[in-house]
Order: sequence, then structure tokens, then C-alpha cells
Amino acid sequence: MTSKRSLLAAPYVGWMALFVVAPIVMVVVYAFTTAAFDPTLANFTGMGTYTSIFLRSFQLALVATVICLLIGYPLAYLMAKEGPGFQRMATVLIMLPMWVNFLLRTYAWMAILENNGLLNQFFDSIGLFDLINGLFGTDIQYFRMIRTQGAVVLGMVYNYLPFMVLPIYSVIIKLDHSLLEAAQDLGASSAGVFRRVIFPLSLPGILSGVTMVFVPSVSTFAISQLLGGGTHMLLGNLIELQFLGGAYNPHLGSAIALVMMVIVIICMWIMNRFGEGEEQAVVL
Amino acid sequence: MAKELIRLSDCTMSFDGEVVLDKINLYIRDKEFLTLLGPSGCGKTTTLRIIGGFQTPTAGDVFFDGVRINAVPPHKRAVNTVFQKYALFPHLNVFENIAFGLRIPKADPETGKKEKLTEEEIQERVMDMLQVVNLKGFEKRRVSQLSGGQQQRVAIARALVNRPKVLLLDEPLGALDLKLRKDMQNELKRIQQAMGITFIYVTHDQEEALAMSDTVVVMDQGKIQQIGTPEDIYNEPKNAFVADFIGESNILDGIMRADGVVEIFNRKFQCLDKGFLPDEPVDVVIRPEDVDIVPEDQGQLKGTVTSVTFKGVHYDTIVDFYGFKWLIQTTDFCPVGSHIGIKIDPDGIHVMKKSQYSGLFGDYSSYSEEYDEISDATLEPEEEEEESHDE
Repeated sequence: MTSKRSLLAAPYVGWMALFVVAPIVMVVVYAFTTAAFDPTLANFTGMGTYTSIFLRSFQLALVATVICLLIGYPLAYLMAKEGPGFQRMATVLIMLPMWVNFLLRTYAWMAILENNGLLNQFFDSIGLFDLINGLFGTDIQYFRMIRTQGAVVLGMVYNYLPFMVLPIYSVIIKLDHSLLEAAQDLGASSAGVFRRVIFPLSLPGILSGVTMVFVPSVSTFAISQLLGGGTHMLLGNLIELQFLGGAYNPHLGSAIALVMMVIVIICMWIMNRFGEGEEQAVVL
Repeated sequence: MAKELIRLSDCTMSFDGEVVLDKINLYIRDKEFLTLLGPSGCGKTTTLRIIGGFQTPTAGDVFFDGVRINAVPPHKRAVNTVFQKYALFPHLNVFENIAFGLRIPKADPETGKKEKLTEEEIQERVMDMLQVVNLKGFEKRRVSQLSGGQQQRVAIARALVNRPKVLLLDEPLGALDLKLRKDMQNELKRIQQAMGITFIYVTHDQEEALAMSDTVVVMDQGKIQQIGTPEDIYNEPKNAFVADFIGESNILDGIMRADGVVEIFNRKFQCLDKGFLPDEPVDVVIRPEDVDIVPEDQGQLKGTVTSVTFKGVHYDTIVDFYGFKWLIQTTDFCPVGSHIGIKIDPDGIHVMKKSQYSGLFGDYSSYSEEYDEISDATLEPEEEEEESHDE
């Protein structure tokens, strides 16, 4: 019985070993060796140079995650509470962009945000720049939107918002309606029902949403490259540079990737602890 | 007699044009234990939800202490509910579940100022309530770690701790097994008397209703069929539906020949009922335990035994009288095929006016099939298995 089961599991074990464990082992080996594969810690000792990139990456990912949560939670809540019509429409609208190629979506934002892009053309056509120039005596021809940190955050929010909405939605839709009635019955107003029952019970959805937005945001390189224009290098770009770019150094790249991974794992661990703690705190 | 606390006046409720409650008129007195009893879909839960504030009647008024409360939302009503499936908060432990209502600042009815209980007061009241429902020492448990009966007690404590004037209970014992249900029946009655508040209790279990209530309201098809004490409901059912729903009944067609004389099977029987028109067609209820079996030649009616079932305390004996089959509960064993006579005392005969339910109930001809059905829901308490709950 057991041997039969383990036989069934063999292909998956093999797959995992080949495509998950082996690459991670390789990253670790690369990170602790020189170009000649002599053991070294030099890849890590020089890491301080990139502190600002680390900080910026985590900061932008954090901002994007918070914005996703602020937009995503009310949206998910509405989807769960409104009728099936709204729910279906919202689901389609959220999913639709995901069916478009990721790069294409991001290029589309470039076309919108560029100095002579759609948005600036629109502002120009309604005479916004003339108005501002007339009022303040400035000489503005366009708003600089592309190649800013704001554009990068916008790209992250736009691309990863569905990953925040869907897990929260699926938790709220499953809430037992009688719990909400019970809370009302015990004297809670609508706001009280939300704060004391709906929100604490939707925490698992929030946690998985936050994870699913934060992790890809912190490691993205396409969004920062296309919308940030290379002026605001993020960890993803830095690592890409070590493998594909002019600064070819896979050993340093592996070390950076490893450090990032460890930090992300620590962040997730703390957050999950915090999540549990929250639940516990309510319990206690 | 205690004063009136809640009144439903011509309350009608319809969903998408389907009438669920049809002009219900009902008043509920302070400190009474009132049961809404009826089969699935009779409107009893809807009535309870109207009192709780979860539904607004399509027509008619709800009064609480003389004040019309149709538009008052549930969180501002002085009633609390014990829900059918308990609806305990899974993210809170037992203590916090019970303290839920206490932690919400309540407006003082006189000053209108929101007041919050201190942590000591909450602690004290929750602990008192745990004592009342026999759950001392469980305060730190998660609700998922409790058995059905314990969850039930938490649900009751969570409602009672707010000191409501009225507690609404929606089939609270439905999910419990028989033994536990019996214990909880006694417990609920004890709590109701100890706290001195009104209980409005919804159930489809007639035995539960008879055992616990001061007043029973029998409902069917969105209408109240009868309101009365358990004794009234059992001894003086108003129509064939009530007679059939409460306990076992043989219901026969009869003709009222005079005051105190009713004719069944062309034979005249003495009874205690009066006030019918001369020769008025009526329904006659004879409870299975009110029939005496006598030797054939001494009987008012003669019949043949067609089936006997041993029920512990007595035998359920089915007797064929001129093609109409009766259920008789007797401690005397009469073998199948034996010819017997029966005697019925005047107080064992109850005459009812004809109603829409006439002819629908009270015949045991299809006994074997019907048997399974009834034995589940209404027959012997000792034998009663756990019911199926399809509501």
C-alpha cells in the first residue's frame, strides 16, 4: 500500500527535485562561491552597496500592497454583498486584463503615461497646461508620469490587484449569514458587525492576498524597467543585470536573490505570526 | 395575569407574492413560555424573525410594550435570539462569544448616552452566565472544541447575558440527540423560570411543546390554528389538523343529534359537547388511550383486530370497525383476528366543527405505511428516535 502510494508520488517528487530543489541548491552554491567556484563570502560582504535598492524595492512593494488592499477589500466586499449581476460583472472586469499578455498590458500603460502619451494629450486638449501656465507663470508642456516611482507602483497595483481581490472575495462570500444576524441581534450596528465579525473572519483572505501581491511586487523587473525606465532600479533589475546584463556575475546575482528570498520569508513569517496573533488577541 | 408584552396585529408576510404568514394576530404576555408549533413551512420561524426584527411584515404591525416596532432594526430591540445552528463566532472563544453583546456600547434608554461596561462588570456577568448554563471552566475553549450540547449552552448564555426582556429560540434543540434534548428541555424551563423572562420557542416537536410551554400556538399554512395551554390543545383541539398534529387521534365523521349526543356509525354516543346546530355534520376525535376494550357483546361498537404492536408500556392495536381503522392504545393484549367490543366514556369523545382539514387525518387504514412516519415524529416518547430535520 505505502510502496504503491510512494510510486504514484515518484513523478512529482522527481519534478520537485529537478525544478525546485536543484535550482535553489544551485543558487546557494553560486552565492557562496567565486567565478572559479572557490568558497567565498565576498558576494555577501559587498551587499551593503545595494542597500538603497533593497529599501526601494521593499518600500514600493509595500506601498503597492497597501494600495491593493485599500482598493481590493472594499471591492471584494461589494462583490460578495451585491447581487449576482454586479458580482459577475466585477469578476469579468477583474479577470479580463489578466487574459491580456502581461507585457502588452504594461506597454499599454507606457503609451498612456508617456510625456506625449494619451493622458498628457488629454490634459493638453482640455487646456489644463495653458491654465496652469497662465496662473503660475510656469512653462509646463506635460506632466512627468513615466519613469517615476509612482508609475512603478501603478504598474504593480494594476497587475496584481486581482490577486488581492479574489482571495478576500472567496472568504467573505463563504461567511455564514446567520453569524451576521447573530451579531446584529446582540446589538451590533452595521459598522459593528463589520468590525467585530466580518473583518476578523476575512483575515485569512487578507493574508493570502497580501502575500500574493507583495511577493511578485518585490521581485518584479519588467514593471520597473518599462514604467520606471531604469532610473529607479529595483531588486529584480539588479539581479537581471547580473545574469543577462553587462555586469555579468551570476554569483553575485545568486547572493542577492538569496538575501531577497530570506527577507521575504522573514516578512511572510512575521505577517503570518501577526495574523495569528491578531486572531489570538481577539480571542484573549 | 401578567401584562401583555408583544402583540402582532394582522401581520402578513409574503415573499415574491407567496403568502407565508396570513394575518396573524397574537399577543405574548410577560414572563410566559410560548411555543410556536407547526410543521415545516407553517410560518413559525417567519413569525419569530418578525419579532426579532430580521424581517419586516408586508402588512400589519408589531408592538413591543405598546410601542410599534415595525421599523426598529434587530440591534435596537430588547430581544435576543438563539439561532437554529447556534451561529457562534468561530474567531472568538467561549468567553468572548458570551461577552460579545456586553462589549457593544449601549445607549441608556433614559439619558440616550452611550455607555460601556467596565471589564470587571463584563467578567462578572459572563462568569455568572457560565454558571447558569453549567459551563464553568470552559471560558477559554474555542467553540469548535465544544460538543453540540455545549455549543447550545454557549448560544443561550450569549443571548441571556444581555438581559433581554424576551428570548427567541428557533428550534434550538433540533440538532441534539434525544437524551440531550430531554435534559436541555428541563434546563431551558429551569433557566426561564430562574431568570423570569419571556421565552418564545419555535419547534415542530409537539411533545417538546407540550412539555415546556405555558402557551402553545399551533400553526399551519401561515395561519394560527389554535392558541391555548398544552392541556387545552391536547384535550380540546379546534380542528382535525390540531387533533392530528398533537398526539395520536382517531378522527371520524359524525352528526350532532342533540346537545351531548353525537352519532357515529349510525350509533349514538354520549358526549360533553354542546352548542351545535341540530343534525350538524361534525368531526369527532377519539384519543387512542380513551378507548376501553371489552368483550364483544358488551361493546358499543364491534370490530376486528388487524394489527398489534408492542410499545413497552402498552400495545398499539389497530381495530377495523366497519371498514374504518382505529388506533387503540391498551395494556390488554388482543391477538390479530380477535373480535372485540369497545366502550368510550363521554369525556373521551371530543366534537369539532368541520374545517378545511376534515377527512384528511385520523384514519389508520394505511397504518403500516403511516406508522413509520408517525412513530418518528409523534409517537411514544420512550421509543422516539432522533428525528430528521428537514426544515
